[in-house]
Amino acid sequence: MPTKSESGTALARKEAHLPQIRGEARNPGMELDMDWVMRAQANTSAIERRTATLPGRRSVKKAYQAAWLVKAISLIDLTTLSGDDTPGRVRRLCAKARQPVRADLLAALGLDRLTTGAVCVYHEMVPTAVEALKGSGVPVAAVSTGFPAGLSPFALRLAEIGQSVQAGAAEIDIVISRRHVLTGNWQALYDEMREFRAACGAAHVKAILATGELGSLRNVARASLVCMMGGADFIKTSTGKESVNATLPVSLVMMRAIREFEARTGIKIGYKPAGGISTAKDALTYLMLLKEELGRRWLEPDLFRFGASSLLGDIERQLEHHVTGAYSASYRHPLA
Amino acid sequence: MTIRDILESMEYGPAPESGAEVQSWLDGRARAFGHFIAGTFTAPGEGFESRNPANGALLARVSQASQADIDAAVAAARAAQPGWAALGGHRRARVLYALARLLQKHSRLFAVLETLDNGKPIRESRDIDIPLAARHFYYHAGMAQLMEEELPDRAPLGVCGQIIPWNFPLLMLAWKIAPAIAMGNSVVLKPAEYTPLTALLFGQICQEAGVPAGVVNIVTGDGAAGERLVAAPVDKIAFTGSTAVGRAIRKATAGSGKALTLELGGKSPYIVFEDADLDSAVEGLVDAIWFNQGQVCCAGSRLLVQEGIADRFHDKLRARMDALRLGDPLDKCIDVGALVDPVQLATVKRFVDEGAGAGEIYQPDVALPEGCFYPPTLITGLAPADRLMQEEIFGPVLVSTTFRTPAEAVQIANDTRYGLAATLWSENINLALDVAPKLAAGVVWVNATNLFDAAAGFGGVRESGFGREGGWEGLLAYTRSAEAPARARPLAPFAAPEAPAPDDPLDRTAKMYVGGKQARPDSGYSRAVWSPAGVLLGHVGSGNRKDIRNAVEAAHKAAGWSRTTGHLRAQILFYIAENLSARAAEFAARIDAMTGGSGGAGEVEAAIDLLFTHAAWADKHDGAVKPVPLRGLAVAVNEPVGIIGAICPPDRPLLGLVAAMAPAVAMGNRVVLVPSEAFPLAATDFYQVLETSDVPAGVVNIVTGAQDALAADLATHLNVDAVWNLSTGDLDATIERAAAGNLKRTWCTGIGDTPASREALAAATEVKTIWVPYGV
Repeated sequence: MPTKSESGTALARKEAHLPQIRGEARNPGMELDMDWVMRAQANTSAIERRTATLPGRRSVKKAYQAAWLVKAISLIDLTTLSGDDTPGRVRRLCAKARQPVRADLLAALGLDRLTTGAVCVYHEMVPTAVEALKGSGVPVAAVSTGFPAGLSPFALRLAEIGQSVQAGAAEIDIVISRRHVLTGNWQALYDEMREFRAACGAAHVKAILATGELGSLRNVARASLVCMMGGADFIKTSTGKESVNATLPVSLVMMRAIREFEARTGIKIGYKPAGGISTAKDALTYLMLLKEELGRRWLEPDLFRFGASSLLGDIERQLEHHVTGAYSASYRHPLA
Repeated sequence: MTIRDILESMEYGPAPESGAEVQSWLDGRARAFGHFIAGTFTAPGEGFESRNPANGALLARVSQASQADIDAAVAAARAAQPGWAALGGHRRARVLYALARLLQKHSRLFAVLETLDNGKPIRESRDIDIPLAARHFYYHAGMAQLMEEELPDRAPLGVCGQIIPWNFPLLMLAWKIAPAIAMGNSVVLKPAEYTPLTALLFGQICQEAGVPAGVVNIVTGDGAAGERLVAAPVDKIAFTGSTAVGRAIRKATAGSGKALTLELGGKSPYIVFEDADLDSAVEGLVDAIWFNQGQVCCAGSRLLVQEGIADRFHDKLRARMDALRLGDPLDKCIDVGALVDPVQLATVKRFVDEGAGAGEIYQPDVALPEGCFYPPTLITGLAPADRLMQEEIFGPVLVSTTFRTPAEAVQIANDTRYGLAATLWSENINLALDVAPKLAAGVVWVNATNLFDAAAGFGGVRESGFGREGGWEGLLAYTRSAEAPARARPLAPFAAPEAPAPDDPLDRTAKMYVGGKQARPDSGYSRAVWSPAGVLLGHVGSGNRKDIRNAVEAAHKAAGWSRTTGHLRAQILFYIAENLSARAAEFAARIDAMTGGSGGAGEVEAAIDLLFTHAAWADKHDGAVKPVPLRGLAVAVNEPVGIIGAICPPDRPLLGLVAAMAPAVAMGNRVVLVPSEAFPLAATDFYQVLETSDVPAGVVNIVTGAQDALAADLATHLNVDAVWNLSTGDLDATIERAAAGNLKRTWCTGIGDTPASREALAAATEVKTIWVPYGV
């Protein structure tokens, strides 16, 4: 397991791409602690009450709302993960990532530079994206390890990581083997995570739990802990391909696992909800939950990302409303 | 603040709810209110100011109800009530429905007004108080609709005087007014002096809803106005507030014949077991003790954490407290608002400053604005013996202690004079469902806290009061039996003749029956029992308070009876009937000898019949699952009251004894029976039947003697949970006044020709609502 010092050089080189890295120690992983894993509980009804009442307990208005929405844009992993992706499509997406908001709106907000957190693509599109984002500071994330099902041969899944890193991906979104969670084989999940992490080298690794397929919130809590023990830099809800993707209850469980992990190890792990977050209002709720449960520090791209494709469009319209006072239309904002 | 600055700080920023509409409503009323009597507002009179506790701003001047005001309101209510009841359920339902709709239509006006008057965060008044109030009127619109069909043997009480507290002004109004008027009563309601404004706005809503004049009357004022209302010629007093005032009302209404329900204070335990979802349990505490600044009668104010996880849990809790936002109640981003009044603030401060003792105080580093603000407070390391673990603070102050085992958790949880609510957290269904019934509380929340709904009963045991609000059980507080049985008439024992002679030359000594054993009276005195013909039928012990003490002690030890199955209790009651039947002729002869009548045989038959009835009920007084708007169960369980002292009717010495014993014992209570003073020997013969019928020791105890003295002894005893007076009404005042000591329940009634079951079963049980939300 590479620690920060071991991989210092490689990491430093990659960090050039990652303006968001703010000098937190990278997660070196730890021994699998089954006592801790098995003690994790998640009471679904209580968790749902917490998330259901949160939007009534927190609110951001006017300039604060605009700022929070700008913040949300900076946290988006602008994503395309479709079978019909082409280099042209990916270049368009990257152009949007470089300039997600119309320049006149940005100026009206008193800002000069804004990019999304990253661009997220399949392996085949990594070189195109890297090329298109050169000089922008926007990293490329590649989904990997037989995404989305994670059932291709294990050796191929490891090799896929290596190739994506080779191709210039600074972040690798791996998918875990859901069967290890569903059969309670935590050791296998842990071993898999460690190998994925090692294969990533200096690239940051986001562990996709596919929470919609894990059966219970308690499994989500336990899988979160095991992946963090195994060295994940981020834990992420979903591939976007499950029937249920990111939800607030799942997010609360994963954030609490992150908080507990930090309390025990001092290591801050990132969080990425993905799939189904498509409105500015949703995004604000997620950010409020994040601030409440994990604190201000997590509201930065090195510790939080939205995996989203259509969210940006809604935020752009809300920002224009903030600037002009008139409700906006989608065609007034450039396509990705 | 520029966008750039905010991007650095990522603060929430101000999110104020506008108070403009409310201010203009107040201006429209010239910021001066009279009372709402007979459908109109009276001219503002002498009174007091209502201020916003968050900033001290004057909201309005409100009138102090004089005796004349109370008289006028009660007279208006009295005049309106018969017509209102005669309207019929459907017509009343329409009015309640209109009230529900109007509360919704004016929901923001009510919410903002409530927050301005009370200091609670707008989030709570907007999302909790007002929607629950509207829900209460919807629910009881349905109850009005169903009354004739479902409650054909119930009738309204008449005029109800209702006194409510300042912590949930409109919600408590709804809890009081909705069931009362649904059942055909009229009301005179007095809101708390700190928070009268939403009640006055409600008066205006009543006009819009077509509530007939006089059905709802609102009088404002302080405690003196409340006292006048309690003393007024009303048929019922319903009070929610402090235990001290509840106790005073209990004394004041003693013997008046006014029905009474009290919803009082609490020091509710919040138990966290080691297998709980600790983060959720921490979050639950936010809703338990920092909801409404902790000014909640059922606040989970006493934290009990299993020892092995206590440090970790407290760490998590302190971190959560750091994230609580305190400030302007009208801000939509505020968790903790203002306490209701400077007086309350001073009380809370004094509790913490003087009472923390060896405890460690934690308060987050939060700026306190000017106004009635107090920081969220946690005091760890306290023991049950500490004052703050016992006394209700009624503020945002949580006290904490630890326990080792589930049994110890129950023991500590129940080590309190209160018994309103309890919360427990565990992921183990066996543990949760084992502990919930053992907690002395009217409401238990499993893995949740402070859940309320109109369909689920709410109310306490012990010094948290009696009566339930919500659900079918709540209607008992606003109805009476349509044909109330006449009270027993006094009967003096027959006097000694000039030349006495014993009935049987072989002396048979009638004893008391305590703890399954025949017991001689402590006093060493006995009284001769004469037949009307002057025959000496026997002697009966003159019981005193020591005999009562012994009997209650025996009943206390027989607590296992309350955990037996209904089937077992049924079997034993049938067996008592069987054994009584075998000696029917003897009992009939004894009754006839004592009374000089010929009804003995019929009375024995009736007693056997009644034993069968309650044997039947023992396993059939079902609980209910309430249809609350929640994925989960709200289970209403009929639990025994505990130890019941019963004063039996003077006439019908056997049937009267059975009328008290059978329903009480069938429901799992233990009883101390004081038999007919005039004709006691049926009861003393009866213990031989009990002895042969497998009744466990201490379940039924019989103490003979002077009913007035023994009734007072029972009513004074702090380990007796209820006193039933089936005897003469002249004992009621003594019993009810003495009952104020531990606020035990009382039930004063006649038994009629055939004692009715339902009333007795209700008197013999406490409805405990256990909320169990679930989900994976």
